[in-house]
Amino acid sequence: MGARWSEVHEGMEIPPLKKNCSTQQLVMWAAASGDFYQIHYDKDFALSTGLKNIIVHGALKHAFLGQMLHEWIGHEGRIKRFGCSYRGMDYPNQDIICRGVVTRKYEKDGEKLVDLEIWTENPDGQRTSPGSATVRLPD
Amino acid sequence: MTETERPSLGLITDELRAAIGKESEPWICEVDKTSIRMFARAVGYTDPVFYDEEAAKKAGYRSLPAPPGYLGTPVYNPAAADGARGRLRLPPPGRPLTRVLNGGTDIEYFDDICAGDVLTARAHLANVEERRGSIGDMLIMTTKTVYTNQEGKVVAIMTGTSIRY
Repeated sequence: MGARWSEVHEGMEIPPLKKNCSTQQLVMWAAASGDFYQIHYDKDFALSTGLKNIIVHGALKHAFLGQMLHEWIGHEGRIKRFGCSYRGMDYPNQDIICRGVVTRKYEKDGEKLVDLEIWTENPDGQRTSPGSATVRLPD
Repeated sequence: MTETERPSLGLITDELRAAIGKESEPWICEVDKTSIRMFARAVGYTDPVFYDEEAAKKAGYRSLPAPPGYLGTPVYNPAAADGARGRLRLPPPGRPLTRVLNGGTDIEYFDDICAGDVLTARAHLANVEERRGSIGDMLIMTTKTVYTNQEGKVVAIMTGTSIRY
């Protein structure tokens, strides 16, 4: 069962989601998303563009944040909006921790809504994909 | 006091500025069960609603729901005049830029998207900026893509930021 609006309060953290991509997962993502830019799976190519390694697709980190939200809100909740900026690179075989904090709880047009600050964190604790979201929850 | 005008980096041409707000040709994005499973598997979902239609229906969805971030797969057709897919085609920057980074993604949803849906996407350039950064001169373009389903309802708007440098 997912989160209930009545049980949410501002400032509460939602359950974090820990991800760690293998290069195989990046190839699966390339196929699923249609993003075949070689910096995400061809190390020689990535190095030739000045990167220090293959990097994790930004949109995959966005999708990880979406997974964290989905797992928190369950099947009765709905994501109204979620977005992030890509401020720092993440690499394969390194933890990417998705986190979220409730910033506002309110009702609008008959819907029970919650705003969140969401982000991904690298192993040094830097927020590599800061963003925000709005979700609808059952009461 | 007048604001100091930043010197132009010469990346934004008049043609590029004139492209702001112009809607692209539409292109079709199909949402089907196999592509949803592929996407969910690539992200790492274990929730059966993304894989098993019975589980999805029991959970209240019409069919497998599109996982967050998935807005269908553009129809690939090498025989089409424009190659793979209709996309936003923009005039080139004032100077050649060879590299591109994804700057950010934001999706607003207005209704459920499920397997079987056929979305029509239309994109436009919403904003363009140039900036001098640690990686050199950057052209930052914000595009908005509006997704309409087979019933004519706008179901999602994606705002994407790309950084060319």
